[in-house]
This record gives sequence, C-alpha cells and structure tokens, in this order.
Amino acid sequence: MTVETAAGATPPEPELVQLLTPEGLRVPNEHYDALIADITGDDVRAMYRDLVLGRRVDGEAVALQRQGELGLWASLLGQEAAQVGSARALRAQDHVFPTYREHAVAFCRGVDPVKLLALFRGVDQGSWDAAETNFHLYTIVIGAQTLHATGYAMGIQRDGAIGTGDPDRDAAVIAYFGDGATSQGDVNEAFIWASVTNAPVVFFCQNNQWAISEPLERQTRVPLYRRAAGFGFPGVRVDGNDVLACLAVTREALQRARDGEGPTLVEAFTYRMGAHTTTDDPTRYRLNAELEHWKLKDPIERVKAFMVRGDLADQAFFDGVEAEAEELAVHLRAACRALPDPTPTSIFDHVYVEPTPDLVAQRESMTTYLDSFAEEVAR
Amino acid sequence: MTDQPTGVQKLNIIKAINAGLRRSMEHDAKVLVMGEDVGKLGGVFRVTDGLQKDFGEDRVIDTPLAESGIIGTAVGLALRGYRPVCEIQFDGFVYPGYDQIVNQVAKMHFRSGGRLRLPMVIRIPYGGSIGAVEHHSESPEAYFAHTPGLKVVTCSNPLDAYWMIQQAIRLDDPVVFFEPKRRYYEKAEVDMDARDGILPLESARVALPGTDATVAAYGPMVKTCLDAAAAAADDGRSLEVIDLRTLSPLDLRAVYDSVRRTGRLVVVHEAQRTLGVGAEVAARVTEECFYSLEAPVQRVTGYDTPYPPARVEEEYLPDLDRVLDAVDRTFAF
Repeated sequence: MTVETAAGATPPEPELVQLLTPEGLRVPNEHYDALIADITGDDVRAMYRDLVLGRRVDGEAVALQRQGELGLWASLLGQEAAQVGSARALRAQDHVFPTYREHAVAFCRGVDPVKLLALFRGVDQGSWDAAETNFHLYTIVIGAQTLHATGYAMGIQRDGAIGTGDPDRDAAVIAYFGDGATSQGDVNEAFIWASVTNAPVVFFCQNNQWAISEPLERQTRVPLYRRAAGFGFPGVRVDGNDVLACLAVTREALQRARDGEGPTLVEAFTYRMGAHTTTDDPTRYRLNAELEHWKLKDPIERVKAFMVRGDLADQAFFDGVEAEAEELAVHLRAACRALPDPTPTSIFDHVYVEPTPDLVAQRESMTTYLDSFAEEVAR
Repeated sequence: MTDQPTGVQKLNIIKAINAGLRRSMEHDAKVLVMGEDVGKLGGVFRVTDGLQKDFGEDRVIDTPLAESGIIGTAVGLALRGYRPVCEIQFDGFVYPGYDQIVNQVAKMHFRSGGRLRLPMVIRIPYGGSIGAVEHHSESPEAYFAHTPGLKVVTCSNPLDAYWMIQQAIRLDDPVVFFEPKRRYYEKAEVDMDARDGILPLESARVALPGTDATVAAYGPMVKTCLDAAAAAADDGRSLEVIDLRTLSPLDLRAVYDSVRRTGRLVVVHEAQRTLGVGAEVAARVTEECFYSLEAPVQRVTGYDTPYPPARVEEEYLPDLDRVLDAVDRTFAF
C-alpha cells in the first residue's frame, strides 16, 4: 500500500499510537507498521466499506427511533474506527463480549443489523446466535460483560486453546466497554481475575469521553490505559479514530492472548459524536466547540483522505460504497417495520429450560384471558 | 481417582455435600468448583475438603476475594460449556454478587431466546444460631426466589444434601443452593447408591406424616419442626411436617394435600416475615384450600429486623415453643 508520511504534521498526543493523522497522512511506526504489513489496498477498501456501512446502520437506526420505530438507540457515531479496527483484528474462533453500542463490531462479525434493531425495537432481547458469530449478547448493565469475557477466556485456557501455535485453534476473547465502565467494580474485578489467571482476554475500552453527562474527569485521575500497570498487564492507548492503528494495536493484544501471554488493556481514545442514547440531550452538558474539534478527527474522512492520497480508490469505488449504504438503509427501514411483535404468551417460553408448573398455569391463565376478548368480539 | 464412598454411610451435611461434589466432578469433567478458600483450606466449613488435591487447581479454583467476580466469571465459564459450582462463603456476603445473579445469571436463557444455557450452581451456607458476628447468619432466600430464571433449593438433612447437590449440578438452569449451616454437623444415614427413591430436585417431601395440623418448613427449620412435632405427640397432637426443599419453583402439592386433611397450616422459616417465602405459601394455600382451612395460616419467622447480635439470636429465631404456640393458635379458631 502507498505510504505518504506526515512530515510537518501536528505530532500525535504523547503515548497515543497513531498510524494515520486526521489529514490522512501515514505516520510511520517501527513497531506497529510490522503488525499491519500484510494489509493490502483491498483490505483498506474493505475497512472503509465497514466504516461507512457501520455508520449508515447507526444513522438509520437513529432515524427509525425518531420515527417511533425503535424505543431507543445508542449511537456509535464517531466510534466507527475503534470498532472496525478492533473487529477486523479478530479471527473466526475469537469471541466478542460487547456492551450495547458495538453495532459496527456486530456488523463485522456478520450479525444481521436487523437483529440489533429488533432488540432496540423491543421485539426481543438479542436474537442473534452467539454460537454462529462468536458475538455474544449486548450487555446493558455497565461492565458486567467484562467478567463474562474473562470467565469465557478462562474456559478457553482450560480447553487448551491457547499457545498451541495453531493459528486456526488458538483463541482469544475481547471485551468492549466504555470509559464510564472503568469505574465499575466488575471491570476492576475482571482486570484482577484476568491478571492472576493470565486469561486470554483483551479489554477494549472505547474512551469516548462521556458517560452520559459525566466527563472523563469524573471517572479517573490517570489516563485509563495506565491502570493496567497496576493490575499487572500491559495497557496501550491508541487513536480510536484511526482504523489502522486500532487494527494494529488490537492485533498485537489478541495475539498475546492467543499465545498465552495474558490480558491487555487497549484504550481507544475517541469521541462520542452523538448523544449517549436517543433519550439524551448532550447540548445540556457539553460545548459545541468540543464537537467541532472532534469533527476534524472524523474516522471515515481520514481513511478516505489516505486512500485518495495513496491512489487506493477512485470515485467509482466511493460511489459504489455509498450506493451500497443507501441500499442497506432502504432494506433496514423496511425490515425494521416488518419485524413481527412476539406473541404475548412467548414471554413464558425461555424463563427456564423446561417450564415450571407455575409458569404453565400462568400461561394458560393469560391465554384464557386474552381469548375472552376474541369471544366478545365474535359475539 | 478418588475413594468414592458406597453403600449406606453415616454422614453429616458437610461430608454429604463433599461426596456429592466429588461424585459430580468424577462423572463430568466439565464440573468446576470455585470460590474463596475452596482449595487447600477446603472452604471455611471444609465442604470442599480434599477436592483440589484430587481434581487439581484447574477444577477447584481458589478465586480472588470478590463475589461479583466469582459469579461473573462463572457465567463466562458456563457459556463456554463448563458447569461451575460457586461457593459464597457466607449468606451476607452474596450481595456484591447479587447484580450478576439476578441480572445476568437469571436472565441469560430468557434474553437469548433459549439459545444460551447457564448450568451453574451457587452454593450459599445460610441461617443463624451459630453465634457468629453480623453478616454471617442471614436468610436471603426470598430475594432469589423472587427472581424468575433462578431455581432456589435448600436441603435439611445429609441424604438430601448428597443427592440434591448432584441434581442441581446436572440441571441446565442456574440453581441457588442454600445450605443450613447450623445443621452442617448433624449426621444421618445416606444411601450413596440408591438413585431410585430419590426425590426429584424440585419437589417437597413429607418429613413426618400427621393428622391434626400441617407444619411447612425448609432448611434449618425442618429439624426444629420435627422436634416440635415430637413434643406435640407427647401431648397427643399429631403434626404433619413438610420439608419444602424447593423455594423456586415452590412445590406446594404436598402442602395442599396435607392441609385438605388437617385443615391447619403453620409455615416456619428463619428469614424475616414480611414478603418472605411464608407469605407466598400462606397466600397460595388460601387460594387453593380456602374451604379446607379451619383457621388462618400462621407464620413463625424471624422478626422484621436486621439479624440481631448473637446473644439475642435465640430469641429472634423460631424455636420449638414458638412453633407449638402457632399450632395452638390454629386450634383456637
């Protein structure tokens, strides 16, 4: 791939791994360049497509929520590079434990975006099959999934699926969470467990600077990635709006895990461009200037600039991706509205593996009650 | 691998659960034991004594000291296909793990539309009368029995302890398994082989047949009620004692049958009275057996206070006399 270096560009923030400047200039990095040396023009174009389609899924979902089709949506706007870069570092056998904002990760793992819409529409609570995509259910309670990820990684360890040197066998787990979650006990407990058991798990923190209205200063007095040192494993801060850097850093962390070298904390330094969820109003707690500042660091624009500079894509390619995004949007709108509501009695279906006598009785009671209306109508 | 006892053995509840765990671990390599001090020490009550020596540190896991972490990592292990048996050291220590239990463990199967199963057991020694300091004598079972998705059971004797722990581990739903710590050292005969005749996990048991009034209890209070029944028998009154064994789902068939014959019911538990398991039993029996009842259902429970200092716990806890007083009340109508 063509590399144009960023001579004279603003130096990156200290301790921040960056391979692409906001202007799309390639920043050479002796260590991390080697980790993406195999990335071809096709790969960059594929990641660009993921970024654009991921953003489009998000944008359509926000629109559908505004139209009353979804009860809620948690927008990923601005965090596409952190999600696509990390997701594209995964191998098929790796497992993902997401929070509720990992729509682009889900997309990269092959989860049908309509299933994400179904959850936020209130049709179900996660109908994708974790066994098909190794993408586990969204977790709403902040940080709870980091323990599940660590336990799962302990299982991988027990199964002997690390450190064999077989690239198709050795597996790792990645747990996604935000800056707010780092204040939770569960996340700190997960760090301890992973550290003392040397579990093959990557903690991927998307530091988007805001936990609803609480700024990062309310969560920490030290840069988050430095916390890892206190738990006894490496931490690294990466430019979360730089898809190549996120790919490189996550690849290294996952490989350490697969090799049996234990956990890593990756702090993807990024920014939530939208509201926390569609119920939130960020104008009440943050300045517009901050938003404008981060717009200049847009994760998609910088890849596009990099591709144009390096002649990695022509206008026809960009137009093609745009058309594909439009097609996806049309599909999502129709598919969302077509999602059938669950039948009322389905609430009794999976409380337990086998229904209990009480639940059978309650289901019958509900059925009788609901049927009584039908009889009234018939009369 | 280990010397698994056979035949009929005289065991206390600790040894019975230990033998049950051992047998489950031998039977299924996916069964793990995890918790604080469960390894070399064998648990503070020695319930897991010797298991780490025989099954290794990968299967009997001494964990960091954090209950949410114990439960949360067990969720991940269960999703990976393991069957973790978590030990919470004492009843009052379960609360840091409460979020994981009620929000994650209980709901995973439901949330996933039945795609995911969490075959895990959470063992909790519970109840008072051991002269302990605070947080070591509580009866939190109603919190868990109120949570759909969890199965909640409690044993009262070594035979049940031995079999119920194995049944709980085999179940594909998560089970909260309450162990009556004041009864831990009481011995009884355990048939280690006879699977036939062992009650299903989720069923109540008539612990003592009787004709004049029904007393329903579970866990540590079953023995108290049996003692009360013996005292009542001396006075010519025949009490039927029912060991509920399962609190979620509640199996009240035996209670209904009994109340229809005796016309009187006393429900006994150590936990606080208000909105406790006894309230549910009373309500359900009233719904199902109203015309059989000769008197309102009576409750004998702990009081609606925090668990008190040990020097007054015997006044707080239901005892033989309070049970008999309640029986008398049912005859006063």
